[in-house]
Amino acid sequence: MQDKIYDVIVIGAGMAGLTAAIYAVRANKKVLVLEGKTHGGQIITTFHIANYPGLPKVSGVDLMNSVYNQAKELGAEIEYAEVMKVKDEGEFESVITEDFEDGSDEGKYLARTVIIATGSSERKLELENEEKLTGRGISYCATCDGGFYKDKPVAVVGGGNTALYDALYLADVASKVYIVHRRNEFRGNAFLVDKLKTKENVEFVLESVTTKLIGEKKIEGLEVENLSHEKRTLTVDGIFVAVGRVPATEIFKDLVELDEGGYVKAGEDCHTSREGVFVAGDCRVKSLRQLVTASSDGAVAATEAVHYLK
Amino acid sequence: MIEGTSDNFENEVLKAEGLVLVDFNADWCGPCQMMKPVVEAFGEEHKDVKVVSVNIDDEEELSDSYEVSTIPCLVLFKDGKEVAREIGVISPKKLAKMLEK
Repeated sequence: MQDKIYDVIVIGAGMAGLTAAIYAVRANKKVLVLEGKTHGGQIITTFHIANYPGLPKVSGVDLMNSVYNQAKELGAEIEYAEVMKVKDEGEFESVITEDFEDGSDEGKYLARTVIIATGSSERKLELENEEKLTGRGISYCATCDGGFYKDKPVAVVGGGNTALYDALYLADVASKVYIVHRRNEFRGNAFLVDKLKTKENVEFVLESVTTKLIGEKKIEGLEVENLSHEKRTLTVDGIFVAVGRVPATEIFKDLVELDEGGYVKAGEDCHTSREGVFVAGDCRVKSLRQLVTASSDGAVAATEAVHYLK
Repeated sequence: MIEGTSDNFENEVLKAEGLVLVDFNADWCGPCQMMKPVVEAFGEEHKDVKVVSVNIDDEEELSDSYEVSTIPCLVLFKDGKEVAREIGVISPKKLAKMLEK
């Protein structure tokens, strides 16, 4: 069991988590990073990062592979296993992964400190068959999957900048773009809305909510309902969902305090409501969620964890 | 890893006995680049599974006929029939779990 005790266990291998690992190993701590998918986090879908200081036009993949190698070469251990639970075990927190089975040591690690860096994931429409049809007409990334809908009709759901940018991008690819939004006005930038209004193949479907996904094996349409409860079916091959993101913090709700949006409550010092547990990156309550602020959080959280260990 | 094309797909995948893992991907797709080493390592570890990579930009017909609309998309075939599918980035363990299906 001794070999499974770590000074710092970081949960999540995106920019925040890997930066935390770099700072913690450089302070001579024994560090484990646990990641449920691949390392890299949300930024790997970005082809050209334009605002990371000193590395103009670096791709998300190149940057994150480099950060991963840096953490690894410095001595951080990285395991690919999804964390299911973090429990209080007195002196330690025990971190339980998907590999854990009762009575075995497999998939259980003990941490003197924990850094939560799980980021966020796309908010779903919460409609029946959504998961089944994801990758079969439903997408959460227009710039990733837009190319599959050349000359085909699509719908974009949402009212923020992501939805508007998605719609603009798709207007040049798809035959028709419906923008479905539950309000009459957009939260996103007015100039994007103005630009969209000049596109002949864009139709605004406002004050409407999505009520049903149509199609068994793949998306064939989207049913929407307006304020007067009138239903309408949009015939589309693709639905791009851009209704925001949700923090991936569900498993921590009994461990640390979350705000009403599910973000882990902590100030700029990255201390959570629980001693010895820190938070870094997009899943923390904060005003700006960017690569640099994720990286900054990682450094702060690791430094605070190191202080706590003294 | 074999490059899958509309010319060799029938022989390499559909008429192949046993297990074939087809990785639909594109050069511009970051998550696909992250999955590539994971898929390669899987192929090294599971010598009984043939791994085929299909570039969706070069092989539009193939990705259309398998209704691929999100990449990375991994499709496992057994004796030429689809038995499992995963999209997005997944861990090596989740990839290995496709074999249980």
